[in-house]
Amino acid sequence: MSRWSPYDLNGGTCIAIGGEGYCIVAASTRLSTGFSILTADKSMILEVNDKCLIASAGFDGDRSQLHKVLTFRSENYEHFHKKPMSCPAMAQMLGNTLYYKRFFPYYTFNLCAGLDDQGRGCVYTYDAIGSHERVGYSCQGSGKDLVQPVLDNQLKAPSILELPPKVAVTSLSQAEAIETVKIAFSAASERDIYTGDAVEIFILTPEHGVQKEILPLRRD
Amino acid sequence: MIPHCQLPSHIATGPHVSPFVSHNEAGAPYGDHRSEDVHVPANPASVPFAVAPSTDKGEVAMGEPRKHTTTPYVTGNSVLAIKYKDGVLMACDMLGAYGSTKRYKSVQRIIRVNDTTIVGASGEISDFQYISNLLEELMTQDFCYDDGCTMTPSEIHAYLCRVMYNRRNKMDPLWNSLVVAGVDKNGKEGNKSFIGSVGMLGTSYTDSHVATSFGNYLSRPLFREFQRDDMSLEEAVSLMQEALRVLFYRDKTSINKFVLAKVDGEGVAISKPFALDTKWDFKAFMNPSKHAVGSW
Repeated sequence: MSRWSPYDLNGGTCIAIGGEGYCIVAASTRLSTGFSILTADKSMILEVNDKCLIASAGFDGDRSQLHKVLTFRSENYEHFHKKPMSCPAMAQMLGNTLYYKRFFPYYTFNLCAGLDDQGRGCVYTYDAIGSHERVGYSCQGSGKDLVQPVLDNQLKAPSILELPPKVAVTSLSQAEAIETVKIAFSAASERDIYTGDAVEIFILTPEHGVQKEILPLRRD
Repeated sequence: MIPHCQLPSHIATGPHVSPFVSHNEAGAPYGDHRSEDVHVPANPASVPFAVAPSTDKGEVAMGEPRKHTTTPYVTGNSVLAIKYKDGVLMACDMLGAYGSTKRYKSVQRIIRVNDTTIVGASGEISDFQYISNLLEELMTQDFCYDDGCTMTPSEIHAYLCRVMYNRRNKMDPLWNSLVVAGVDKNGKEGNKSFIGSVGMLGTSYTDSHVATSFGNYLSRPLFREFQRDDMSLEEAVSLMQEALRVLFYRDKTSINKFVLAKVDGEGVAISKPFALDTKWDFKAFMNPSKHAVGSW
């Protein structure tokens, strides 16, 4: 008899792409456990403010808890400082929040994405215990093995290995980036059983704030 | 050992028999095939739902109170819930199973929380009774505020999500899947139906239809095909009956004694126990081997 585990993996994939003057955050809405689907319509994206979103794949219980904690803290920040939390600030706090639970981790795999002070897309990618780095684009969750190579290939972003370092945002236009995200998700839903039903796509721009779009995926 | 008491010779005695002796005093743990241990299974874990001490030495020492639920004992099975035009329906059977034994046959697994909310539970019955007490306390507190507001179904769902998640954080879970259903009367556009579910790890979701345990396999496909948020009460009841019937046919730990609960703008109504008509004399059932001739 196996011991009871406080963890589960509820599947789902999320992608974030930072561009010049926009940021795209997208996540699938299927919630699964084992081989069953619990619901076809559960969001895994937290809208912190109109400059910063957090997408979390992994275990749903921990995700709810993490999103609650982050909401409280960002609200507190707004009361103290009379301004919304910037994306880089949120990114650091998310790292600290995750590391605080180093020895009983939140089993969540996060992306923190939004617009920085220059209005440029910014994406941070994490592991479950808080290690993070700023990148130009990233993906997390059950479909990441399928999606990450496609993004590497398609986004024409400068390599992080290049010296001197260049700004990591993609040179793609907003419309091209959205199209890439859609293709990546429909491809992932063909092969990954935990990615499907629908994708929520959030588009952040300095001019229009947060816009949301929903793309239906295969439901099987 | 009980002093001054002569036990019949066929009853095994010794430190390893006494329930008040810890593992270390008793010597080797279970699973070690000592000849004195013949009266307990060599590997208690292999016996489903056996009331036997854990083989995991660090976890529960023999004779000490068992603090954490590591396996459920008396369990309830599927709970189903769907939305319809005026509110929600919830249904389940009344069985409290002890492993695969149909042990208790009049267990009420749907409770009324307030005028707008009901909660149904599958999993460990005693844990659900504890949760019922928590909800009762919550409602008493809500009443005492005397502010003219009562908790909405989504608030009660949020509360139960926190309770379940908190207990899993303590590595001491409440072994249940809960379904919260009801009507929110505070909405601007009239009454709004709500169905939410939460599992023992704190995994939670809301949907137009929900089913726990076996129901997720057997009833959910029916709901996906036939449930609509604007269906009439009659349609919803017959869909629910069909789902229950399918469950009863294929789930061996279920009985033909059900309870159906309804929440609408008028309030909560929980039915008396009822049975469904069943048909077992299908031709293919009468002679099951007719179309499956063996090779010898």
